[in-house]
Amino acid sequence: MTNLFILAGLLEPGVGLIFWTTLTFIILIILLGKFAWKPILNAIKTREEGITKALASAESALNDMRELKSNNEKILADARNERDALIKEAREAKDAIINEAKTKAQKDADRILASAREQIINEKNAAVTELKNQVATLSIEIAEKILRSELSSDEKQKALVNNLMKDVNLN
Amino acid sequence: MASKISIYKRSQGIFLVIFALFFSLSLNLNASEPVEHSTSETHAVISEEHGEHKAHDPNAPIDISKVAFEHILDSHSWHLWGDGHDALSIPLPVILKTDKGIVTFLSSEFHHDLTGTVVVEKDGQRFVNYEDGIYYATDMPNENGSFVAIGADKALTNAAPLDFSITKNVVQLFLTAILIFLIFTSIARSYKKHGITSAPKGKQSFLEPLIVFVRDDIAKENIGARSDKYVPYLLTVFFLVLFNNFIGLIPISANLTGNIAFTLVLSVFTLIITNVGASGSYWKHIFLPKPYFLWFILMPIELVGVFSKPFALMIRLFANIAGGHIVVISLVGLIFIFKSYAIAPVSIAFTLFIDILECLVALLQAYIFTMLTALFIGSAMEDHSHDSEGAHGEHATGH
Repeated sequence: MTNLFILAGLLEPGVGLIFWTTLTFIILIILLGKFAWKPILNAIKTREEGITKALASAESALNDMRELKSNNEKILADARNERDALIKEAREAKDAIINEAKTKAQKDADRILASAREQIINEKNAAVTELKNQVATLSIEIAEKILRSELSSDEKQKALVNNLMKDVNLN
Repeated sequence: MASKISIYKRSQGIFLVIFALFFSLSLNLNASEPVEHSTSETHAVISEEHGEHKAHDPNAPIDISKVAFEHILDSHSWHLWGDGHDALSIPLPVILKTDKGIVTFLSSEFHHDLTGTVVVEKDGQRFVNYEDGIYYATDMPNENGSFVAIGADKALTNAAPLDFSITKNVVQLFLTAILIFLIFTSIARSYKKHGITSAPKGKQSFLEPLIVFVRDDIAKENIGARSDKYVPYLLTVFFLVLFNNFIGLIPISANLTGNIAFTLVLSVFTLIITNVGASGSYWKHIFLPKPYFLWFILMPIELVGVFSKPFALMIRLFANIAGGHIVVISLVGLIFIFKSYAIAPVSIAFTLFIDILECLVALLQAYIFTMLTALFIGSAMEDHSHDSEGAHGEHATGH
């Protein structure tokens, strides 16, 4: 008898407990929703978003760094190329200047040499002419002196004439 | 990190074992008390009332099923131990809505009586407590000295006031509600205090994964994109059921989640929320199910389905928890049925096993209740129109 009675009690929902459960449950949903779930869920969500954002920014930072590194390498390579070009250019310029200087010097030297040679020739000619003149003068003076000495006496004139006559072959 | 988790798991395991041992031992004590006292007590009452003397039989068989049901049913006082006049129990307020207005008094006025022999007179009305139900007392006692009238079908014919008493279950409901509120508001505060960037600590680190689990694996998984507004409700249900399931395993506590009134309320909430948030195609599916020529059969079936789903939810939680408690008490009861200490180790071993199983069931049932609630909400919100067209397209190409 009692068992059946208790079993009915087990399966029959009591009106009091239904009332109090409903009331408590509604109040609990409202209070927890406002003071617990909202801040907790917001905090968890914010943290998750923060983590996602941090991961994304780390990824982008890595990409930026990679880009920066490749940029740097490019700049370095450019700089190296530029340096090489500059050196090459400088070398060429140096060579050109040296060559030019050489040519010019050669030319100058040639010109100086030529003018010197010309001058020497001129000087030589002048000197030769002068010498010729001197020699002529000296020759005349010598001839005059010789003639004078040769013709100073009769014997000498006669000897001369004899000498000259010896040479002349009248055959 | 990993070592911390393993330590945590280990300590949890140890806790479970200690807990289960305590439970089985305490039940043991609880059940042993009535054996010594109950018979003599009722006997004393009966002899007082009628002046006749019945031989006291210490070997009288113990009705274990009665003991079991007493343990899982609601009570007007919080019984700790002992029986009859020796019992130690916390009196709880009795609130009755009678024909003459609200009547309140403390349950201790019944003096632990559950047989309807003690009459409490308030505002010119007389009440008795019979098997933890409050009834209007009959004018004259029956042959057992109880002021109740038992009809032909062995049921009580006494009229009963509406009972809004703060019973044992109601007290536990209040206490767990306060406990949950305090725990989760303190977690909410710790987010505010320590900021969101620091790692969770203490109960925050223990309960946060559960919150995230309910949000992601229960709500989002079953409801989908619009799950956010249901998450607070699902969290409240999950933790209220979970806390009460576990607290219900403690011997002197109340069996709230194993009470059909409690599961009824939660299921009705599920029913309301499911149908309020339902999409047009949900209603179309119920009232205009295809194929149309079977409408008169399918429509009532679909309509019954609306109520049968929360009904199953109500029965599942109630039966699982109540059933587990009955099994535990029955196993302990073996000692008293065999009247031998030799059976105690076997009994305790089985009880320990069932208790550990009950811990799993406590967690599992909280999960299942919440998950199915989310599933019902999600399936009611789902827009079937696209699916059915797709199915039709497939059907057409199939032929």
